[in-house]
Amino acid sequence: MAKIKLDNIRHSYFPNPKSDDDFALKRVHFDWEDGGAYALLGPSGCGKTTLLNIISGLLIPSHGKLQFDGQDVTRLSPKDRNIAQVFQFPVIYDTMTVYDNLAFPLRNRGVNEAKIDAKVREIAAMLEIEDMLSKKAAGLSPDNKQKISLGRGLVREDVNVIMFDEPLTVIDPHLKWKLRSKLKELHQQVKTTMIYVTHDQTEALTFADQVVVMNFGQVLQVGTPQALFDCPEHTFVGHFIGSPGMNVLPAQVKDGQVWVAGQAVEVSSSLESLPEGKLEIGVRPEYVRISDTGVEATVRNLMDVGRHKVLETLVGDIKVHVVLGENQQVSSDRVHLQFEPANTRLYAEGWLVDLQHEFEEV
Amino acid sequence: MKTENPRAWFLVLPVILLVAFNALIPLMTVVNYSVQETFGNNVFFWQGVDWFEQILHSERFHAALGRQFLFTGIILAIEIPLGVAIALAMPRKGIWVPVCLILMALPLLIPWNVVGAMWNIFTLPDIGLMGYGLNNWLGIEYDMTQSPLAAWVTIVVMDVWHWTSLVVLLAYAGLVSIPDAYYQAAEIDGASKWSVFRFIQLPKMKQVLTIAVLLRFMDSFMIYTEPFVLTGGGPGNSTTLLSIDLVKVALGQFDLGPAAAMSLIYFAITLLVSWIFYTIMTKESKE
Amino acid sequence: MRLRSIAPLLYILFLMLPIYWLISMSFKTTNEILSGFSFFPQVWTLENYAVIFTDPTWYWGYINSTLYVAINTVISLMVALPAAYAFSRYRFMGDKHLFFWLLTNRMAPPAVFALPFFQLYSAVGLFDTHIAVALAHCLFNIPLAVWILEGFMSSVPKELDETAYVDGYSFKRFFVQIFMPNIKAGIGVAAFFCFMFSWVELLLAKTLTAVDAKPIAATMTKTASSAGYELGLLAAAGVLTIIPGAIVIYFVRNNIAKGFAMGRV
Repeated sequence: MAKIKLDNIRHSYFPNPKSDDDFALKRVHFDWEDGGAYALLGPSGCGKTTLLNIISGLLIPSHGKLQFDGQDVTRLSPKDRNIAQVFQFPVIYDTMTVYDNLAFPLRNRGVNEAKIDAKVREIAAMLEIEDMLSKKAAGLSPDNKQKISLGRGLVREDVNVIMFDEPLTVIDPHLKWKLRSKLKELHQQVKTTMIYVTHDQTEALTFADQVVVMNFGQVLQVGTPQALFDCPEHTFVGHFIGSPGMNVLPAQVKDGQVWVAGQAVEVSSSLESLPEGKLEIGVRPEYVRISDTGVEATVRNLMDVGRHKVLETLVGDIKVHVVLGENQQVSSDRVHLQFEPANTRLYAEGWLVDLQHEFEEV
Repeated sequence: MKTENPRAWFLVLPVILLVAFNALIPLMTVVNYSVQETFGNNVFFWQGVDWFEQILHSERFHAALGRQFLFTGIILAIEIPLGVAIALAMPRKGIWVPVCLILMALPLLIPWNVVGAMWNIFTLPDIGLMGYGLNNWLGIEYDMTQSPLAAWVTIVVMDVWHWTSLVVLLAYAGLVSIPDAYYQAAEIDGASKWSVFRFIQLPKMKQVLTIAVLLRFMDSFMIYTEPFVLTGGGPGNSTTLLSIDLVKVALGQFDLGPAAAMSLIYFAITLLVSWIFYTIMTKESKE
Repeated sequence: MRLRSIAPLLYILFLMLPIYWLISMSFKTTNEILSGFSFFPQVWTLENYAVIFTDPTWYWGYINSTLYVAINTVISLMVALPAAYAFSRYRFMGDKHLFFWLLTNRMAPPAVFALPFFQLYSAVGLFDTHIAVALAHCLFNIPLAVWILEGFMSSVPKELDETAYVDGYSFKRFFVQIFMPNIKAGIGVAAFFCFMFSWVELLLAKTLTAVDAKPIAATMTKTASSAGYELGLLAAAGVLTIIPGAIVIYFVRNNIAKGFAMGRV
């Protein structure tokens, strides 16, 4: 178990990076608490695999330091960091039995057989694969193989952190939820720091206590799933999380008022000392109402999602979604939208305006 | 998925025709000869299985067959491990890789008689680099035309020189297809280099290695040109391998009957082994 | 890390030695070669090459070889493409057996076919023609080409075919305009292996030819066994046979590993 500190980590795959664009990771600076269940959420190419590999030691960052419990491990080999990693596709030793697969890391470290046996059986029970111990690993289904991959990480007692790199990618959809709940269960049992990398928000939000949202090589926000939903600190976070995601519309500030598409709109953000840059407002579809006055929009589509309806409209050429009640109807082609002020926020260059946007510790 | 379509036969027809023309007609001819005797003028007498019996009991045939198995055995024992070792030693990425692969592939594209001639010249005791070098710099007495042992060593080394690259290329292709994640996991698990080889690389190379062994077995079993040009089958008949003997009988002596019988036996052995390997291969890929 | 890289280097050195020797000999006069040992040519001469380029018996050998190799490659590919397509996309009665039968032909010892081919091709009046050698080599090259092409074709999703048909392409148009560009690498690899086998094979090429279509390989052996060893000439001829191979490898260098990886040699 360890507290992991990322100290001004930056990484470029190029030997002589010239600009920010050459960096896969622009700047990551924060701590992962010991025993936490984290999700690292972001789209492809956002830098999460790079970050994962830096933590696991498969990649040495070009700048910055990494510490486990205060000890500098930036250049330490993966073996010496006591980490475990589960990959996108099951990585197992085909020629060995399940038992031998699980025992492998311990045998390599010279642990005595009696201890190995006890540990292997304990972990197998935890993962519900005890009846397969003597089977050859090669012939199993993908979800069982992933369990073995995971098992190899769990058998070692001194593991600092277990990392999951999109582990459910090859699992059958109807087995995904089963494995996901298993992982959550495991975390509660084992209490090791776990970092779960994914691009799927459902996976992230169900597994993690804290979600780290990444894009453009940076950490955009860290928080509980609820916090990310309620108060997105970046337009990307708002847009990425939630289904449908947050609506983002260009805005201007004039005479102390915020104007969107020619209408004055009330926001919850303070308009004092606005930073430079492109201004936008963000409001979730749940907080948009149809009314007689407000921002004009043309109706595009009305979808019935079961317990509620989602109305897709266009403001100019920007899509705006509105969540409507089960029985609400929309009669005309043009509607007026009202945004609930308490949940409408102002963003400058994507960042929430009244955030003290320093790179803080969580 | 594949669809059932009997009209596919039309697509395959040209292939069948060409290959059948080349395979079935000659084969029928051979079978024909193998059960008959002729004294010329196209007059044939039925011999039944006499030729087969004669060949199967012939000491000359046994000797040639024995030499052939010995040869194939030796080169398999050298070329497969050597090829794998070199493939393992090669970097997985980088600009040198294509250069190395091209240079290694070169021997594979040299006409076989040129290979034989090259080695012939190379090993001449007085004027060949290897011959001269062995005799004068290393003090080893070496003359391929005089000593059966020297001749054997030479044909083995020549074949290793000629064909090991095939094993290297195949093994390398197999190695390169192993995803990095396996090496990463092994590193995290603390595996030794030997464990990595034994549990990751070797199993993943199994399919390509089977193909390599199959091909080298077949090609070395059928080998004709290189050793013939190099040693002519000698000194004496110490390096007369199966193909060389067969051609001597068939084209040299025009003993059609025995040659045909021998051909069929030869073909049968080759077919049997290829069938075994094919079954193993397809069984593996079904798993 | 360094130590490991030495193995491939030593191996390549081992491979290059006899080739170097051949090259160096091609620049020596036969007299110099026979008179003693010298690592480098003492007197550089282009005489050997001159003979080859001016003597018809010699340069026709190259032309003949190139001709039948080219003919063979074209024929093999032309018939193998539709067949491979059939194996890749369709199931039909006897398809697995047919495939296996094709493969066994690759495994056939050429020596077994030497005499029958001689009689067969003489009987149809094709003895001593390029087409004879080209056809004979088909026995081994077509199965190979089908095998390789089938492997590459199977990795092209069937949806591509179906989309084309929906779009109104006829089979022929689809195959030529859409499908073939997708398996370009496969065609290259198949052509490479056809070349590889046909260029290097000697026994059948020699058996089926006499004068008109005599391949370079046969010309060389003739020289070696007649009046003494014209080693310098032989060496030059040998060097010239290596060059086409080197060129072909260069063209497929990016696909060599992939081709072998298909496991379809």
